[in-house]
Amino acid sequence: MTLQTPVERPVAAPGAAPASPDARSRDKVFVCMDGNEAAARIAYALSEVISIFPITPASPMAEHADDWSAAGKPNLWGKVPDVVEMQSEGGAAGALHGALQKGALATTFTASQGLLLMIPNMFKIAGELTPTVIHVAARTLATHALSIYGDHSDVMHARATGWAMLAAGSVQEAHDFALVSHAATLRSRIPFLHFFDGFRTSHEINKIAVMDDAVIRSLIRDDDVLAFRARGMTPDAPFVRGTAQNPDSFFQAREAANRFYDAVPGIVTEVMAELAEQTGRRYGLVDYHGAPDADRVIVIMGSAAGAVQETVDALNVTGQKVGVVVVRLFQPFPTDALIAALPATVRSIAVLDRTKEPGAVGEPLYQAIVAALAERMDSETPPFAAMPRVIGGRYGLSSKEVTPGMIRPVFDELSAARPKRHFTVGIYDDVTHLSLPIDVDYRTPRPAGEVQALFFGLGSDGTVGANHASVKIIGEGTDLFAQGYFVYDSKKSGGTTVSHLRFGPVPTRSAYLIDAADFIACHQFGLLDKIKILDFAKPGATFLLNSPYGPAEIWDHLSAEVQKLLLDKQIDFWVIDALAVAAETGMATRINTIMQPCFFHLSGVLPSAEAIERIKEFVKKTYIKRGQAVVDRNYAAIDASIARLGHVTLGPAGTGHALPPIVPEDAPEFVKHVTAVLMAGGGDQLPVSAFPVDGTFPSGTTRYEKRAIALELPIWDPSICIDCGKCAMVCPHAAIRMKVYPAAAVEGAPAGFLSKEFKSRDLANHRLTIQVAPDDCTGCGVCVDVCPAKSKTEIKHKSINLEPAEAHRDMERPNWEFFQSIPPLDRSLIAHDTVKGAQVLEPLFEFSLACNGCGETPYLKLVSQLFGDRMIVANATGCSSIYGANLPTTPWTVNAAGRGPAWNNSLFEDNAEFGLGMRLGLDAQNDQARRLVTKLAPAIGPDLVRDILEADQETEPGIDAQRARIVRLREVLGSLDGDARTDARHLLALANDLVRKGIWIIGGDGWAYDIGYGGLDHVLGSGRNVNVLVLDTEVYSNTGGQASKATPRGAVAKFAAAGKGRAKKDLGAVARAYGDVYVAQISMGANDAQAAKALLEADAWPGPSLVIAYSTCIAHGIEMSKSMSHQKDAVRSGYWPLYRFHPSDAESGQPFKLDSKMPSMLVSEFVAGETRFAILARTQPERAAELAQLAQADVDERWRYYEQLAAMHRSVPHLPLIDPDKQAELTPGADSATTAGGTPDDVTAEPMMADSAAAKGDEA
Amino acid sequence: MTVDLRTRYLGLDLRSPIVASASPLTGEPASARLLEQAGAAAIVLPSLFEEELLFEDMEINRSLEAGTDSFAEALDYFPNIESFAGAGDRYLERLRQIKAKAGIPVIASLNATTAGGWVRYAKLMEDAGADALELNLYHVAADPARSAADVEAADLALVAAVRTSVRIPLAVKLSPYYSSMANVARHVIDAGADGLVLFNRFYQPDLDLDTLEVVARLDLSQSWELRLPLRWIAILRPQLGPKASLAATSGVGSATDVVKALMVGADVAMMTSAILRNGPDKIRTVEAGLRTWMSENEYESVSQLCGSASSAAVEDPSAFERANYMRTLRSWSAPRDLTTA
Repeated sequence: MTLQTPVERPVAAPGAAPASPDARSRDKVFVCMDGNEAAARIAYALSEVISIFPITPASPMAEHADDWSAAGKPNLWGKVPDVVEMQSEGGAAGALHGALQKGALATTFTASQGLLLMIPNMFKIAGELTPTVIHVAARTLATHALSIYGDHSDVMHARATGWAMLAAGSVQEAHDFALVSHAATLRSRIPFLHFFDGFRTSHEINKIAVMDDAVIRSLIRDDDVLAFRARGMTPDAPFVRGTAQNPDSFFQAREAANRFYDAVPGIVTEVMAELAEQTGRRYGLVDYHGAPDADRVIVIMGSAAGAVQETVDALNVTGQKVGVVVVRLFQPFPTDALIAALPATVRSIAVLDRTKEPGAVGEPLYQAIVAALAERMDSETPPFAAMPRVIGGRYGLSSKEVTPGMIRPVFDELSAARPKRHFTVGIYDDVTHLSLPIDVDYRTPRPAGEVQALFFGLGSDGTVGANHASVKIIGEGTDLFAQGYFVYDSKKSGGTTVSHLRFGPVPTRSAYLIDAADFIACHQFGLLDKIKILDFAKPGATFLLNSPYGPAEIWDHLSAEVQKLLLDKQIDFWVIDALAVAAETGMATRINTIMQPCFFHLSGVLPSAEAIERIKEFVKKTYIKRGQAVVDRNYAAIDASIARLGHVTLGPAGTGHALPPIVPEDAPEFVKHVTAVLMAGGGDQLPVSAFPVDGTFPSGTTRYEKRAIALELPIWDPSICIDCGKCAMVCPHAAIRMKVYPAAAVEGAPAGFLSKEFKSRDLANHRLTIQVAPDDCTGCGVCVDVCPAKSKTEIKHKSINLEPAEAHRDMERPNWEFFQSIPPLDRSLIAHDTVKGAQVLEPLFEFSLACNGCGETPYLKLVSQLFGDRMIVANATGCSSIYGANLPTTPWTVNAAGRGPAWNNSLFEDNAEFGLGMRLGLDAQNDQARRLVTKLAPAIGPDLVRDILEADQETEPGIDAQRARIVRLREVLGSLDGDARTDARHLLALANDLVRKGIWIIGGDGWAYDIGYGGLDHVLGSGRNVNVLVLDTEVYSNTGGQASKATPRGAVAKFAAAGKGRAKKDLGAVARAYGDVYVAQISMGANDAQAAKALLEADAWPGPSLVIAYSTCIAHGIEMSKSMSHQKDAVRSGYWPLYRFHPSDAESGQPFKLDSKMPSMLVSEFVAGETRFAILARTQPERAAELAQLAQADVDERWRYYEQLAAMHRSVPHLPLIDPDKQAELTPGADSATTAGGTPDDVTAEPMMADSAAAKGDEA
Repeated sequence: MTVDLRTRYLGLDLRSPIVASASPLTGEPASARLLEQAGAAAIVLPSLFEEELLFEDMEINRSLEAGTDSFAEALDYFPNIESFAGAGDRYLERLRQIKAKAGIPVIASLNATTAGGWVRYAKLMEDAGADALELNLYHVAADPARSAADVEAADLALVAAVRTSVRIPLAVKLSPYYSSMANVARHVIDAGADGLVLFNRFYQPDLDLDTLEVVARLDLSQSWELRLPLRWIAILRPQLGPKASLAATSGVGSATDVVKALMVGADVAMMTSAILRNGPDKIRTVEAGLRTWMSENEYESVSQLCGSASSAAVEDPSAFERANYMRTLRSWSAPRDLTTA
């Protein structure tokens, strides 16, 4: 083993993406890819078994492996790896362990909490000295909040497992170190955790030198592979591994493996040397970069090393003596290499950790460096004249930026007489004052010939796709190097994307965002007033704007702020009406192929004609598989683009409009001072003191985020409205509202405010209004699709119609304001079990950031309307936790009384248990409150005590009456003194828990069917009163459509690229088997009244309830405006039968009520309209035909079975004993379970529909 | 007595004049095989509709791109499918499969919307092994700015373009809505068609009064619908001469229908609805009936029968050209409720 001193550094700067074309390189193939693909290629080539589970940002590694396996791509030895999706990361690790023990080469990919789930098995795998590699796209661990972005908090929690840890800092390194890890693990028998920074490296696309099979083979020695195989389990040569050991043996046996760890640094060095021999890319266990005689050094690991290197180079040019040590092998810690790498002149060292360990003496890398130095300074030959001072800092949590402007102050701090021993970088800490200043104006010199370009677009417009293409076009088609990084906001619909592209003659080391661009394109005109786009422009930069206004008119449509920046920076300003070109060429809103040629034309990265040719080549390569028509349309758009560019002559300053405030003046203080800043993209500038200390945020802030993203708005025509409420029911964003109010309330309404007479025998002289929230609607069109009322004279005209937003928004704004000012109708005046009635109730879930046309959110809105002011939500991680609580704003809101859903998200896997815990807590508090009420009875008064303890709270009027009693109770308690004072204080704190509340456990199918199933099953079996709502999209929607056990047979999904061969699990059947669990399967688009009724019954049921809701999803490959039509067809075909299983203790009880009609269409007709099924007929027609037959058989068989179930008599004898201690107390009116929700016979006797109008077009 | 059912259509020798025309049954290898076993002399595949194909490609592309690159956790929603077969590819693959197993001629059918599409797919069908090609000129002339002459000129141009691009025999399936049918028919033959198929049926839109929506309704043809092709084949047979093939389609459901079609001058009679109603074995029944009728009426061969009642061969050719209004009206008796009203 040879360690290089700083003097012996190779020419290529370590960590500087050393893949230059000049490098002595055997692998001359340069390809643009991201870090995930770079690592996955190696992992795939070297594995036989790959067990996987989706988790951001590591999922793409597993998806690549599954895609390649489905396509029959072999590994290095000619075998197609078996890629198996497991139910959780814990399962993936277990399967990995098993495959390895058998002697098969195996790997997996993960991140964040997923890695934590693997840790128990990781201890075992290491303890058994089993070679394997887990590739980790390192991601923040959820603490006060979840974050999908990158830092080292996950991998640092695997330190104790006994795995070697190797850190890659760039896409090239992710490729190279993947191979180093696989080779070193086979040689050392120590398993390797190979990690790189989530998103920053995993999702950055960069030009790298790709290793071919020959290079891979040269590092993977056959003898190591065969030795590994020989250690595998076989009855032909049996042994016992995994024994239990006692105090006499465990300790010594644990120490027996020490020599294997001692050997790892040498082995990694040896492998890295072989890699250098093969590729010319030379790495050390730690690498030094900087002045050979540096006095100050930063030690860092991961992608931020590049920014430090740039800073080091810039400072050394000015005469400073600084350097950086980049740690590659973190464990086993290479002390020798560290000491050898540090210049002997070093006086002070700053160690930067990308993680936080609250309460520790310092973060892990800091501790390692301090310990290593202390040990060596205490040796016989101390390496330094004096012990260098070491300080430790945290940086970059959750992908927080790391720039030279943040690094230079760290070197400054090292020069201070008394530097901060512990500090933070990149934020402003005004609470504990740990942060170092940020020099926002400091930039290191950019390489000559480099172009930095920024593109602002929307997710739906193709901007990111085009920029991916541009990176590949330039990176793979020319000698230039290229880097692309893409930033997304937190919105699933209408989200902004910013593409950061660098092109230049040398590889870039800058793993941070561009803030001084040579070229900026704004692909969406509306963004110009929302984002300070031109703040990121260099003086004299080129600015391309997609604008409906031509060069002559545009100036007057700009804000004064934008005008000023254009003039101050003397920007070269161009416009193009790309939407018009897109419309003319049949590209709809995909403007990417129009904007992309303009970028090439204006930026000069390539000659225009050459660029057009290359773009066309790329389009053909990408789209030819989707048909010539798609290619032709893209060609037409490309050809029509450049001619439509117009150059703008800058006009006079100050003529533009003022920018509107981010939030209204009357918004709460927190919203104005924190939320609004986050919304405006200024979150990085918020100080520590601005934030809650424990992750608690106010409810109901989406209403302040007026996005106005709809191109068309649904406009109501009251003249043909039939008051059915369906439009409001299905609106995914609660942006269509229905209100019924006394006629007098309409006085003072704006001129355009519409209303109609409310037809009701019970509510005379009331009016009804359907109102759109014009700035919150996304224009998805689901309401229009579902509206059953058509004009008598023109059938295309419905009672609600999509019309151009620009023509209506200004009028609808005051209408919406007025509508909101009308008080909601007294809830007791209207039936809650009808669609119309439910839609008059105020939604307490509004304006979420869910996808356009989301099939999940209407159910949540309905639940919030029915029970919102008395519900506690445990929400599994997934779509509903993201659109439910991803900052800056939150959709769960409150009513005028200040009550609303209390919401929390724990993890992905534990949600049922989390919710059960809430029930246990609630019951405990209720118990204690009742005890105190009894104890304080003499002071409270016997009547009030009896009324409180015996209250019938089965229905809402009963709950309201109890609330009134609690108000009186509080008054009494407040006046108590003396001995009773202490008890009174405790009862005051618990009094509200004497009012009945519902626990709602909400999550998707990935949680309920897979990762959380064990817990869900246990909670359903507990008999406790919890309501479980499964939003079943039949895939892991939030992570991009991976198959779950809810995925139906024949559907194509990620991890089921060849179509899922197995039938969907009947989750309801499992729950029904308990007998005392209320179970319903609902589909709002097929039968909205049944959906409402099932939710009401679930709430009323005093034991566990499970409601499985069919939720259409973008991952189904459907036109989302027709979301409800697809739901209807799912039921009509029998694919999704509707039922309610209402447990009964009656002797002749028939608990199972089949609510949908006999199937009236073939499953094949239903699935033909959904790409998830239809695509299989195009990729594997024979398999598709076979699975389609089986899918029909599944449906036929289930229908036959369900019909039999509907006729079956079943009673549950123990039912009255359900939740024995609590039931009578909680719902005193419900002395037997059947009265709580009505008997099944009662339910079937009721008409499903409240009125004939609502029934029209319905399944029921 | 034995009767000779052999005929020639588009230069292809057929064992009988009964051809299975475009239907779902002719488009699948398994059912196509059943049709052959039941005695179909040739099969015509369902039309490849370029418009539908373009729509499908665009829609699949749209749904695969929907929601992509919008949100950091879900940058796409489908696996990366390297390549998949579009509607055109699937058609050609089925054509190849059917052709590989068929012992009878296989005729591909095409309805394109673009000039490039007609030629491209015609060539691909030829390459996939089609024995002949049927161009289905199926369009609704709803543009008031286009004259009848414009429409006809465009149709003739594409027939000529396809003719020059393929070497296999070419039939053209016409609609009956041309102003000057005989003129168009001649020009189509002059443009290079080897034969005509008379006529295609438009599936007329209907209203669904429950949903108040316009719906496409497919009704199987009835026997009376044969009279329109009978008339025109009778008229065209002598005009076009023996080199032009003629096929009768619409309403061919029985042996007598076949006999009539042959007598007015058709070389083949094409069946669709009757097969869909009764299954492939219907062909066997009709063929047996044809044999019986010919035998009973002492016809020796189809060639004897063919054209024996064309307008050139009947006593009063004007019977085919007369509007027939007077005779039909006289023969019509009013329902009772009208007469008693």
